[in-house]
Amino acid sequence: MNILAHQLGFRALNEKIRNSSEDVVIEYCYGERFIGAGASGKTITINGTPGNALGAYLDGAVIIVNGNAQDAVGDTMNDGRIVIHGNAGDALGYAMRGGKILVKGNAGYRTGIHMKEYQDKKPVIIVGGSTGSFLGEYLAGGLIIVLGMDTEDCPVGYFTGTGMHGGEIFIRSHKMPRSLPKQVCAGPATESDMNRIIDILAEFSETFGFTMDDILSKPFCRLTPNAKNPYKQLYTVN
Amino acid sequence: MAVEYIQPEYEVVRNQERCIVCRVCERQCANQVHEYLKDSNRMVADDSKCVNCHRCVALCPTRALKIVKSPHTFKENTNWSGKAISEIYKQAESGGVLLSSMGNPENYPVYFDKMLLNASQVTNPSIDPLREPMETRVFLGAKPERIERDEKGRIIRSLPPQIQLSMPVMFSAMSYGSISYNAHESLARAAAELGILYNTGEGGLHEDLYKYGKNTIVQVASGRFGVHKDYLESGAAIEIKMGQGAKPGIGGHLPGEKVGMDISRTRMIPEGTDAISPAPHHDIYSIEDLRQLVYSLKEATGYKKPVIVKIAAVHNVAAIASGIARSGADMIAIDGFRGGTGAAPTRIRDHVGLPIELALASVDKRLRDEGIRNRVSIIAGGSIRSSADVVKAIALGADCVYIATAALVALGCHLCRSCHTGKCNWGIATQRPDLVKRLNPNIGFRRLVNLLTAWQHEIKEMMGGMGINSIEALRGNRLMLRGVGLNEKELEILGIKHAGE
Repeated sequence: MNILAHQLGFRALNEKIRNSSEDVVIEYCYGERFIGAGASGKTITINGTPGNALGAYLDGAVIIVNGNAQDAVGDTMNDGRIVIHGNAGDALGYAMRGGKILVKGNAGYRTGIHMKEYQDKKPVIIVGGSTGSFLGEYLAGGLIIVLGMDTEDCPVGYFTGTGMHGGEIFIRSHKMPRSLPKQVCAGPATESDMNRIIDILAEFSETFGFTMDDILSKPFCRLTPNAKNPYKQLYTVN
Repeated sequence: MAVEYIQPEYEVVRNQERCIVCRVCERQCANQVHEYLKDSNRMVADDSKCVNCHRCVALCPTRALKIVKSPHTFKENTNWSGKAISEIYKQAESGGVLLSSMGNPENYPVYFDKMLLNASQVTNPSIDPLREPMETRVFLGAKPERIERDEKGRIIRSLPPQIQLSMPVMFSAMSYGSISYNAHESLARAAAELGILYNTGEGGLHEDLYKYGKNTIVQVASGRFGVHKDYLESGAAIEIKMGQGAKPGIGGHLPGEKVGMDISRTRMIPEGTDAISPAPHHDIYSIEDLRQLVYSLKEATGYKKPVIVKIAAVHNVAAIASGIARSGADMIAIDGFRGGTGAAPTRIRDHVGLPIELALASVDKRLRDEGIRNRVSIIAGGSIRSSADVVKAIALGADCVYIATAALVALGCHLCRSCHTGKCNWGIATQRPDLVKRLNPNIGFRRLVNLLTAWQHEIKEMMGGMGINSIEALRGNRLMLRGVGLNEKELEILGIKHAGE
């Protein structure tokens, strides 16, 4: 089903998407919010720029954006796949619990904040370009990969992994991220680490047309929570 | 220098003539206060471990026990109280942030106790609630600006989603994790029996309690624990937790050792991992951002569920509430500074926030002044202790109140304020299976139903006395209140006259 978004406004547009049992292609999308909120069992293709909170609480649907996305993509996403053939805004994948988000270009601040995993669910975010500061803040589980395909600099901002207490972050770079907090351990990714992410790298390469040789042409560093320096307050029972 | 020793606040007094050495006290105390001495065949107590929860006192078959305040004292000093000195000792020893639980116990004014209700005499007949119908039902949700009719004069029914309550009281948010499964089940069943709602808190919803969905408010907090499509769909309303009266501006941290199998499933995180709720929602830095979360929840649930935004009562509460009313939220829950908690830094609990009475009155006035009071219902919480507090809160402008501490007291809580230790002897604020089973949900739910049934009768009696037969006619009816011993500024904020005026 084809829907012309620009004549509708977000509420009518999303009602059409909710009520459609088949796949949906949205044309002329100019910032309509909440597309695919809680959606499952269909593919939503967006030609244009969806607004904030794209795929919030997504529950298994596939969303493909042929353009850029804005803030809060995949907020509290439970399952499904979001592919963005452009850049994404801030708080990408906030509290995401399952599924995958693939971004060809850059992502904003607080990418993957408070992502967590549960049973067989392990969320994945992979960003082809760079991200802003506070990448993986409060990270509790899941996998974040930042490739920096278009930069020689370290492709993440400041304070990566602040409050991190689970999960792992891979960054493709010759240089370590700046100003890492003390809750984070950083080191080069080992061969067995790389083997664990090779499938998702291959999926990225296939989806966006990068060669694996290109992707693997630089070393990856890996960040994990520092068990010796946990993120918590020292309390005294009063 | 043994200054780390702090003399206990209470003494366990045992009447040895009455004591039959049955050792019930020993078995009942999770703090291991009582000990049996075999050689002398008698019981002794270690006062320093006692939290004054009265479990042993209540279960002693011969009434041999009492807990008394220790006469031991520091040299008297109005400025340097014994409490202030002891807290310094604790921090000098540990370097830790002081941690407490339940609501603010300090000596701030309780405005509910400085307001009196009206009753009819001679000119306006009072109503006998046993004889006349009295309406305590309330409908929560956004109300339209005006009644609209179609060309045939029929009312156009396009109300936003509403919640119907049999009386203006709900159980406020307490997560499974902060309280036990049996406490949660008691609340859920009581809410269903009473025709009111209870609130999951931010810990997700246990699968066995989904069947009470139409009596459930599901909470969405900054950590988003247990939030998924089915959870959002299962409740009657969705509450976004921005803040909590006991600890405004503070997040939550359930340590990994408390995340057992069941709690791991409702929070949807692995067993043994920390559950951290950051202080702010990091996607909400403005009213516009809040509006985005409100609408994302409405979109995900097809506009069928009203959305509540819960905030702590803080200095600019009226302006914040005005923003929330414009954010698309259907209800605002305001939590006063005496609200309870399973754990909060002592300094935050005791020194941050506002009394609910003042916050409620100023929010109601602000929304009326701006002509947007109909857009939201107001839920007031933060130490509603009796039906009189309920009636006074309604008269100050609330649509309904939230109770939590009162509900826990009905379940057996003795307000020892030690929830953060996880060793609640009454089976409420604990996850230890041997302690949890002390709270029988069949009895717990009945006690909650009894409490609120009694409150409902009392509310009807107070309404009848005022000559009001519908709770809706009491809402914001501040002429029914008079202040005693309040200054002009306090009366102005509360919007009431002084007694005698």
